[in-house]
Amino acid sequence: MLSSIRAFFDKREILEVDTPVLSSAAATDCHLSSFSSNYRGPGTADETTLYMQTSPEYAMKRLLAAGSGAIYQICKAFRNGEAGRLHNPEFTLLEWYRPGFSYHQLMTELEALLIPLLNCQPFQRIHYSALFQEYAGIDPFNASTTTLRAQLAEHERPAIDEMSRDDWLNLIMSQHIEPKLGLNEPVLVYDYPPSQAMLARIRPGTPPVAERFELYYRGVELANGFQELSNGKEQRQRFENELQRRHKMGLSTVPIDQRLIAALNHGLPDCAGVALGIDRLLMLIAQKESLSDVLTFPIERA
Amino acid sequence: MATYNTNEFKSGLKVMMGDDPCTIVENEFVKPGKGQAFSRVKLRNLKTGRMIEKTFKSGENIPAADVIDTEMEYLYSDDEFWHFMDPETFEQHAADANAMGDAAKWLKGQEVCTITLWNGTPLSVAPPNFVELKVTETDPGLRGDTSGGGGKPATLETGVVIRVPLFVNVDELLKVDTRSGEYASRV
Repeated sequence: MLSSIRAFFDKREILEVDTPVLSSAAATDCHLSSFSSNYRGPGTADETTLYMQTSPEYAMKRLLAAGSGAIYQICKAFRNGEAGRLHNPEFTLLEWYRPGFSYHQLMTELEALLIPLLNCQPFQRIHYSALFQEYAGIDPFNASTTTLRAQLAEHERPAIDEMSRDDWLNLIMSQHIEPKLGLNEPVLVYDYPPSQAMLARIRPGTPPVAERFELYYRGVELANGFQELSNGKEQRQRFENELQRRHKMGLSTVPIDQRLIAALNHGLPDCAGVALGIDRLLMLIAQKESLSDVLTFPIERA
Repeated sequence: MATYNTNEFKSGLKVMMGDDPCTIVENEFVKPGKGQAFSRVKLRNLKTGRMIEKTFKSGENIPAADVIDTEMEYLYSDDEFWHFMDPETFEQHAADANAMGDAAKWLKGQEVCTITLWNGTPLSVAPPNFVELKVTETDPGLRGDTSGGGGKPATLETGVVIRVPLFVNVDELLKVDTRSGEYASRV
């Protein structure tokens, strides 16, 4: 599988890169928890905290800003607290970036990579809003929190009171939509609410949408891609908002990646990027139900 | 009160949902796309036996239920309660009809049962997997019939009626599987 992935990118003259796992900065996303470690060595007499990447996104964007052109990477990523049928705290990601591509062009490339690997039908594409209309009968851009809660009445419990609108949307997605998604052919969901933009560009309009997509196959989320946000000022603002949310939720604060912001300010070419879970892909190819069936040593035995 | 964090969830864990003690049957970690992580949990209500599904935010705490399984010997019934004794401490516990469920019909005395105690009170009673009971009433046995193929009803000494092979006679001792309610063998 890995060699056919590499052959695919070789043929398209996309450069394979290798960026550090350890970084002085971390992902600010309040739903991500980074592993950290302490470093002391020549030039750093006082112990300093280094974070293990939750994805290679920041480092790869710094390469893009430095003029690397199209690049891909197959690497380990680490997310604390995530273990289950579809999660392992240490996992393998394939991530690639295409300067000059729109996110729709990148979806087409993703499809070209995966059809032979999964031996599946061409992908279906559906707007996030249309998806919620079809599977849950609600408008995810405008429905009130009360309407969203009503979808999940049977699971409603007092402790879920403090959930945000996006948390409810995510819960509906995981309870009512995801399990039925991509049972025949893989499904690409695109154009997310701006509040779920992450590092994607927001396209103005009514309503504005985040140019982000996710790929689902047999009920499994397999990939997530963006039309990359290249505005350093906006990126800094998003990071700071996220840090405020972390503070409110009582989570530890983490250093913002100033080098990424500097790279964006220097100039990130217009590009689209996508990250794909390699372990999940292998699980689907092997027709298994759990990541532990395809990992050499899952976390319980690591 | 003791609590469990979602990270401690595993099957068999006893927790309180509202006023009822429940046991976790299945626990799945779910994290949709990018966003809040949840634990999707299947629980069995230990009072009613009903299965329920609940979703918890990762990191939530829920109260633990003081529920333990103990082995106890069945002593006797006074029709309202069934009395059991802990063979080590000689402590006695009384189970009501609700807690007994189907268990009562297999018990005549001295069987070692699994009693689930909630706050020290029997919540449910599981009889031994196999019990030995004498036949008190059945049609006369048929010679030559050595296996299944049909069968007939037989009343056992506790009053329970099960299907038995045709060759079984009154006063014979039978081994019965309490989980399926089926005849296993003659003793």
